Amino acid sequence: MKRLFSSTLFFIVLILIWHFLVLAKVKSPVLLPDPVSVWEYLRTAILDGSLFDATLVTIRRLLSGYGIGILLGIPVGMLTARFRFMEDTVGVIALGLQTLPSVCWVPLALVWFGQTEGAMLFVVVMGSLWSIIISTDNGIRNVPPIFARAARTMGAKQFYTWTRVILPASAPFVVTGMKQGWAFAWRSLMAAEIFVTILTGFGLGQLLEYGRDLHSMDQVIGVMLAIVLIGLLVDKLLFSPIEHFLHRRWGTGRT
Amino acid sequence: MSVQDELKSVPPAKLFIDGVTKDFTTRSGTLRALDHVSFQINEGDFVCLVGPSGCGKSTLLNIIAGLELPDSGLTLMNGKPVTKPGRDRMVMFQEPALFPWLDVMGNVLFGLRLKPNLNKKECCEVAQFYLRLVGLEEFAHSNIHELSGGMKQRVALARSLAPNPRVLLMDEPFAALDALTREQLYGDIQRIWAERAKTIVFVTHNVREAACLGNRVILFSPHPGRVREEFQIDLPRPRDINSVELAKYASRITRALRGYVDAPDAELGAE
Ligand SMILES: Nc1ncnc2c1ncn2[C@@H]1O[C@H](COP(=O)(O)OP(=O)(O)OP(=O)(O)O)[C@@H](O)[C@H]1O
Ligand SMILES: [Mg+2]
Repeated sequence: MKRLFSSTLFFIVLILIWHFLVLAKVKSPVLLPDPVSVWEYLRTAILDGSLFDATLVTIRRLLSGYGIGILLGIPVGMLTARFRFMEDTVGVIALGLQTLPSVCWVPLALVWFGQTEGAMLFVVVMGSLWSIIISTDNGIRNVPPIFARAARTMGAKQFYTWTRVILPASAPFVVTGMKQGWAFAWRSLMAAEIFVTILTGFGLGQLLEYGRDLHSMDQVIGVMLAIVLIGLLVDKLLFSPIEHFLHRRWGTGRT
Repeated sequence: MSVQDELKSVPPAKLFIDGVTKDFTTRSGTLRALDHVSFQINEGDFVCLVGPSGCGKSTLLNIIAGLELPDSGLTLMNGKPVTKPGRDRMVMFQEPALFPWLDVMGNVLFGLRLKPNLNKKECCEVAQFYLRLVGLEEFAHSNIHELSGGMKQRVALARSLAPNPRVLLMDEPFAALDALTREQLYGDIQRIWAERAKTIVFVTHNVREAACLGNRVILFSPHPGRVREEFQIDLPRPRDINSVELAKYASRITRALRGYVDAPDAELGAE
């Protein structure tokens, strides 16, 4: 309760500062809109459903891309951790491409897939896949070998050891990697939506870009706020409970 | 198969270690960890392996467990060569090896789930039985990190007893515990050994601990690891680690050990 209060107070102060900066005319009001007008935009956008529709389109793209990233990334990470050959081939590619900022995939995606949903998907998968591979690989290498030995003495075979021992033992790393992958997926999707204009769906990134075209800064800032809020929400609702559970089981972190 | 059958004591096994030699190749050269080690362990025996650090005790235990293969020689269990790990030989490792992602119950269940003849409910009953045996039934749903060091070792003991092995291999299981907790566990392990009729191979570098627990104490010397001498401990059970007779045995073993290595007293567990 006390935390909620201090947190709320902090944001009220932040909005007040913003408001006074506008009043002090640090920038022209066209460039730096008042919190009230941003709120007005958000209210109408929520009421006419445009914000909701755009969010839905974005989330759908994000989930499919991120889902593919996880479904590919975790098994591939397990393979690169297990087999020297995979480490020297796919592992090297993953390590290299992980450093590539995800927006760099956009030109390639446009050339290969044109202005399509395929291009979006491609950018999101490429944005998240590599870091998921790397952290899964890293997590598996950090599992103490004693766990697998103990499992073997209890009669566990290879496959069982992998699914019931090595994978859960590396869970803290893998979840961190999934979280990072999520952040990367989110970023790359926004880049893709800003650069790829398609008619099959109007996402948050496109709404943002559209706001810029209209020179309506209240829309730009409003959509940015919405993007930040969704990111926060996913973190709090999806990853926090998992991390909390892991911390409780492992006895790590704050309780 | 019923839970009752599962909980029955299985006959303990006989082990025959025959000329076991093991080399490790490291960057600084080849090291002979075990050199033609041979001895026999009878059914239901409680054998302690004693020796200073690095004399190959853990290596030998791993070979008996089937986790490692010797370079020459072999281990026979009831006449059959050991080539891989099996549920009839369970290990309590020197390092903590409980699974932190499972609770206490989950850890004890792990080995049971791999037994083909038990269903879920039966597994739980068996696990409960062993948790009761080590006195931890109230902690079935605790997380591992919430337990004290002694409780963790009790869980590890329950976990290795649960698949009902014929041989229990214990690698310095109590080394990291305080004296009081250790004494409690000496009592527990002697009681369980008597109740469950297991062959136990117990590694330690604490001479008193060896004299307290073992029927036989086998002395190793390092570089390369060799069997040097064997002591028969003919004391009634349950034994008290602080008794005078036990101290006599311990000092005899310590003296013998000094003859083979110039190790400092602390290494020999003369405490
Ligand atoms: N995997 C390995 N690779 C290289 N050398 C090893 C390996 N395992 C053990 N050794 C060496 O073999 C020798 C025996 O090791 P071992 O662990 O069996 O000793 P120990 O008697 O159990 O010692 P401690 O009482 O300290 O546990 C040591 O000199 C050690 O350095
Ligand atoms: Mg050892």
